[in-house]
Amino acid sequence: MSDFAVEALNITRSFKDGEVKALDGVSLQVPRGEVFGLLGPNGSGKTTMVRILSTILKPTSGSATVNGFDVVKQADAVRRSIGLAGQYATVDENLTGFENIRMVGLLNHIDKSVSSSRSHELLEQFGLTDAANRVAKTYSGGMRRRLDLAAALVARPPLLFLDEPTTGLDPQSRQDLWSIIETLVEGGTTVLLTTQYLEEADRLAKQLVVLDHGKIIAQGTSQELKTQLGNTVLSLTFASTDDARRGAELVKDISDKPANIEGTVVDFTVARGPATAADALRRLDASGITIAGLALREPSLDDVFLNLTGHKAEEVTGTPVEPAKKQRGRKAKA
Amino acid sequence: MSTSTISKKSRLRWSISDTLTIAKRDLISLVRIPTTLVFAIIQPIMFVVLFRYVFGGAIKTPGNSYVNFLIPGILVQTTIFGAVGTAIGLAEDLQKGLIERFRALPMARMAVLGGRTVADLSRNVMVIFVITVVGFLVGFRPTGSFVSYMQACLLMLLFSYCLSWGFAFIGLAAPNSEAAQAMTFPLIFPITFASSIFVPVSSMPSWLQVFARNQPVSQAAQAVRGLMNGQPHGNSTWMTLIYAVIALALLGPIATAKYKKVA
Repeated sequence: MSDFAVEALNITRSFKDGEVKALDGVSLQVPRGEVFGLLGPNGSGKTTMVRILSTILKPTSGSATVNGFDVVKQADAVRRSIGLAGQYATVDENLTGFENIRMVGLLNHIDKSVSSSRSHELLEQFGLTDAANRVAKTYSGGMRRRLDLAAALVARPPLLFLDEPTTGLDPQSRQDLWSIIETLVEGGTTVLLTTQYLEEADRLAKQLVVLDHGKIIAQGTSQELKTQLGNTVLSLTFASTDDARRGAELVKDISDKPANIEGTVVDFTVARGPATAADALRRLDASGITIAGLALREPSLDDVFLNLTGHKAEEVTGTPVEPAKKQRGRKAKA
Repeated sequence: MSTSTISKKSRLRWSISDTLTIAKRDLISLVRIPTTLVFAIIQPIMFVVLFRYVFGGAIKTPGNSYVNFLIPGILVQTTIFGAVGTAIGLAEDLQKGLIERFRALPMARMAVLGGRTVADLSRNVMVIFVITVVGFLVGFRPTGSFVSYMQACLLMLLFSYCLSWGFAFIGLAAPNSEAAQAMTFPLIFPITFASSIFVPVSSMPSWLQVFARNQPVSQAAQAVRGLMNGQPHGNSTWMTLIYAVIALALLGPIATAKYKKVA
């Protein structure tokens, strides 16, 4: 058997009869037993990739194997070896927590008694025992995600797809989910995680792929990517846009990447934060340019994108944000 | 060869098991959402009261008391209305992403549609029972045998089940559940009202009679009424069966194809 849980080769996927290319030649290899991160903004193609690998969607071209099975030709075998959970925590609101997990167990063709005992086990494991007999409609956002994840684990799949598992969650629920994912991986599960948050990818994923407009624009370990990006963002706020432009030009040598100027705010990606900041301040002060504000922060996904692509993450529009819904809207109109 | 036989057998067994799992889930939802139950039961009761006491006095039904004419018709109408639930339920599942989630499970492909239509069939069994009781309360006294009453019930259930595949298609084609409900209305309205459900077709203008007399719902109403009241009803039972089979043969594959496409 292959060393990789997922091997994808040149996957492309078009929507709207070729008008929109959600994926454009993506290849990746996910090693077993670790978290592999798929990082990118809305519309970058992350969800489409997960939908293809979980057999929901067929690729327009290219091929992929999941746990050694072809996603198109051996879709049923793939389905038996994966779990899927994510952002749109698709639990049945009218069923209780217990009924939700048990149903997924039965649909995985697990015996009734085993499905039931496994459901109780998972509810316990995810701290949902008290809510087991309440309909999912009454669950909080964090509880829903946990229930969704529990249901995905009912058949003990060796590979788990998590599509933006913490998007829209409060910090505490996010932490809870991260611990759960870490525990799963310690137990030998392979996780393919998509996320918009650098912090999340950094905490969980050993290896990362950064997607933009359906293409891989960077890959490596989180540390490699960070080094490639520079570790810190120095953000300077000036009194006027004119000052901002002059100031950016004056200290442009503090970063080997072009500064991002937005109004009166100038962002530099720098290697040594405090020392560089002090140096920049001194030089600006000497030229009589007033600084209204200064901040040093960890690079965000926006910074990653800016550095890798030259455009901001949220400026990505016109691509299918939620392929499931977009596609459906098209079908409905047709 | 023997292994393929075994896997085929188990595949069939799992298809049935998956269908029942989905049907059970749909029925649980039905019981837990009171508004759906209200839609399924209160509305036909109101139709019974409305036509029995408000319009009934003005409607002449030669050979039958109006209440004996009306209740079989209302039963047919109600079972067809029940099929609207198929459209709404599927549109909702699709909208919420549940159908997409089912696609990533190793379950039988057809179980989502099969389970939904079986659930709606079960609901119709219950609705037929309730309306029969209500009918008796307002003076319905069928003059046919118990056996033919049961035959009439089975005929309606089969007829509405076959039609529900058409509504499954609508549910899958609609952008959301509200639209699904709205889309079924212009279909359901003419076939249930321009029919022999509430009034004898002979009271309609002659141009309408041609449609009203021969359309499937009228044939079903005529057959059900004839069976329940022990009266001759021509070949309407056969016509209903033929219509049902044609509907299933036509609408089943269309709904299935749509399911494969959208999900």
